[in-house]
Amino acid sequence: MASHGIRDKVAIIGMGCTNFGEHWNKSTDDLLIDSSSAALASAGIALDDVDAFWLGTMGSGLSGLTLSRPLKIQHKPVTHVENYCATGSEAFRNACYAVASGAYDVVMAIGVEKLKDSGYSGLVVSAPASDGTQATVTAPASFSLLAPAYANKYGVDEAELKDVLTRIAWKNHRNGALNSRAQFKKEVSKETIAASPLIAGQLGIFDCSGVSDGSAAAIIVRVEDAHKYTDRPIYVKALSFVAGPAAGPIDPSYDYTTFDEVVHSANDAYKQAGITDPRAELAMAEVHDCFTPTELVLMEDLGFAERGTAWKEVLAGTYDLDGELPVNPDGGLKSFGHPIGASGLRMLFECWTQLRGEAGARQIPGVGQKDSVKTKALTHNLGGAPGACVSFVSVVGSELD
Amino acid sequence: MTGIISYGAYIPYWRLQRSTLASALGSNGAKGARAVASFDEDTTSMGVEASRIALRGVSEKYSPQSLWFATAEPGYLDKTNANAIHAALSLDSSVNAFDCLGSVRSGIAAVHAAASGNSIAVLSDIRTGLPGGSDESMGGDGAAALCFGTENVIAEFISTGTATSEFVDRWRTPGDQASKQWEERFGEYAYAPLVEVAFNEALKKANLTAADVSHSIFSGLHTRAVKAAPKSCGINLDTLRDDFAATLGNSGTAHWGVMLANVLDTAQPNEVIAIVVLADGVNVILLRTTEALSAHQKQQDISLTVQAQIAAGRNDLSYAQFLTWRGFLHREPPRRPEPDRPAGPPSLRTAAWKYGLYGSRDESGFIYLPPARVSLQSGSIDKMEMVRMADIRATIATYTVDHLAFSMSPPVVAAVIDFDGGGRFQCELTDVDPASVKIGDRVEMSFRKLFTQDGIHNYFWKAKPVRTGLK
Repeated sequence: MASHGIRDKVAIIGMGCTNFGEHWNKSTDDLLIDSSSAALASAGIALDDVDAFWLGTMGSGLSGLTLSRPLKIQHKPVTHVENYCATGSEAFRNACYAVASGAYDVVMAIGVEKLKDSGYSGLVVSAPASDGTQATVTAPASFSLLAPAYANKYGVDEAELKDVLTRIAWKNHRNGALNSRAQFKKEVSKETIAASPLIAGQLGIFDCSGVSDGSAAAIIVRVEDAHKYTDRPIYVKALSFVAGPAAGPIDPSYDYTTFDEVVHSANDAYKQAGITDPRAELAMAEVHDCFTPTELVLMEDLGFAERGTAWKEVLAGTYDLDGELPVNPDGGLKSFGHPIGASGLRMLFECWTQLRGEAGARQIPGVGQKDSVKTKALTHNLGGAPGACVSFVSVVGSELD
Repeated sequence: MTGIISYGAYIPYWRLQRSTLASALGSNGAKGARAVASFDEDTTSMGVEASRIALRGVSEKYSPQSLWFATAEPGYLDKTNANAIHAALSLDSSVNAFDCLGSVRSGIAAVHAAASGNSIAVLSDIRTGLPGGSDESMGGDGAAALCFGTENVIAEFISTGTATSEFVDRWRTPGDQASKQWEERFGEYAYAPLVEVAFNEALKKANLTAADVSHSIFSGLHTRAVKAAPKSCGINLDTLRDDFAATLGNSGTAHWGVMLANVLDTAQPNEVIAIVVLADGVNVILLRTTEALSAHQKQQDISLTVQAQIAAGRNDLSYAQFLTWRGFLHREPPRRPEPDRPAGPPSLRTAAWKYGLYGSRDESGFIYLPPARVSLQSGSIDKMEMVRMADIRATIATYTVDHLAFSMSPPVVAAVIDFDGGGRFQCELTDVDPASVKIGDRVEMSFRKLFTQDGIHNYFWKAKPVRTGLK
């Protein structure tokens, strides 16, 4: 399989991200206007300077008109993409390819989701007409299957695993407390997290990501043009997107302790970026912590821990803000919130912020400085459920290789 | 000679104690318990379960002409309910499926029709009444299926007797949740002469006397009339068989079928069974067991006898849950969207899967649930054979308890199950205590009504724990 990548061919020159949360007073249109304006201002350009747009949203609108109508875009290509919870990353990936191909000079990738208007708790997805035989489990229930399977395979007892999951939520809340854009801007004690009401399986309400509204956007140009706009562009090193045969739910050999799709997309991305030891080389990672067991399993699938050891690394603080490899320094889906179409771009926004040394109170020590050794960051975004998902991994960096 | 070649009774898992009911309403309750169909069961799904048990006892060659379904509580009007049973049993399209609906007497019609050919009669009912009434406490839910044929007959159909009469004893207007009854003594008066006429006619045709009867089954919703009937028939009261008033309650249309199944579970060869049904008249059926019954009993899974199913029941259903399941208590739903109605065209395309639980098996032996066209490993297309999974047991690979999902009876227990011999499937567990589920538990499939939306019943399969597993 050929996957050549576009390492150091395109660069991000500006980004914008709204606060995530319950925006009762903002519509999808408002969120799109706010994040696109912020991204344009960040790049120092006007809307007219953008040649083409990629809009990611799963359920907040259909077609390019969802963007062109509120922004009054004058007859330009606007592509609507959807790829479950990885929708925002998919908008970014396709926008990058358009620039790399030479088709356009300046493009915008923008993601948005307005979840809090549905009137329901949790994520609501409308499905095509069907025979009514599909399993009706909710997202937390699907992901809760990871916890007992992991504990069983690696001999972690139930209480110990609960401590691990609690610590993941605690860490992400702690990071989010330092982030003015996050949905939940406060630390939560481990006791409160561990005692929260059960939603599915072992997962309490604090093991679940925040259901929120929000939008994020990026402006992308060719690498050779990047310095026309900013002294500190962020270069795209790798983009990998994988959809699997969704065979986990029908294949008795699948054991619910890994995401095959993540392993494949991570390997592809590392190859594109020339990374051989991700744990040592990466300055930070934003990963898809939709539920706490997801982050646990991802540490192994992304190569941040040996198989069966991530739970120990979590307890040891390896992924804390001041740990060996900070994971979700912005609070992650857990604390920043998870407006589906925006999340992938929100992850990139944190890489953009950290690698440029602009993260303020949550700035990772030794990252984003002129003499920083670690100049690469990873985003990981997935959609679907264990055994049947799509996975996206990107690597971006502040230096050309 | 035509007769019964196999039978099955289905008793739902749940029991409502009459003491529970009485304490909830502050009344003086009767003793015992009633059987309660779960929130995900209806007369059609229980009919499927009874039929599956009955069909275990027939040879693979058995090819019924028709399936006759009788109930006083149909899932649908206009649309034939028997078709879902036909589909769940994976019967050939050349087999008829017919309903006999609305009255308790319909069960007699279904059996007469089935007995006149090599056909299956399925009797099913869900009985309740207004809170505090005797129909609520003394009713019961259940189903029975009888397979008729001419080979390996276990009980011959020897004669029938009939007395039909129009009078107002019990009635229900379509759509009403409960039936009404005239002053009890009137019905007793009206039924009494009809019992004698019908019973004597049946005896006369069979050239038998009341003393020849070994097992007698008296059934009907008019308790006093049913109680008085054996005496007026001149029957030895020792031949009266359990009417399950104490353990299950009266399951109306299905009741005499359940009683008959219980008799056949233990009867000896060459015994006469008298069935007397009081329902808008009286119908009598006389059967004689054959030598083949003993062999039939020996090959039967004893966990499926009526007594075993009674013993396996769960006794702690709350009155609030019972009222909710039967639609008398409208409770706050979870803050989640209601499910979409199952769509007609995809349900037709996937009928073998949705109703018959067929998967597909590729060249390598990998089984796909639902059936797939493309092989996972080889990528070959349409190199599959269809394989029925409904009667294969499975083991829980992993599971979760979902407190958020929409359900009539939360929480939803979802499990990933691995079938013996291959095939993995994610489905709901039913008739289960969420706290007791474990990885490695054994389960078997059960036909259920997942939900009803826009009046369409979404029938599909769930897994339930194997309770008295012998195999």
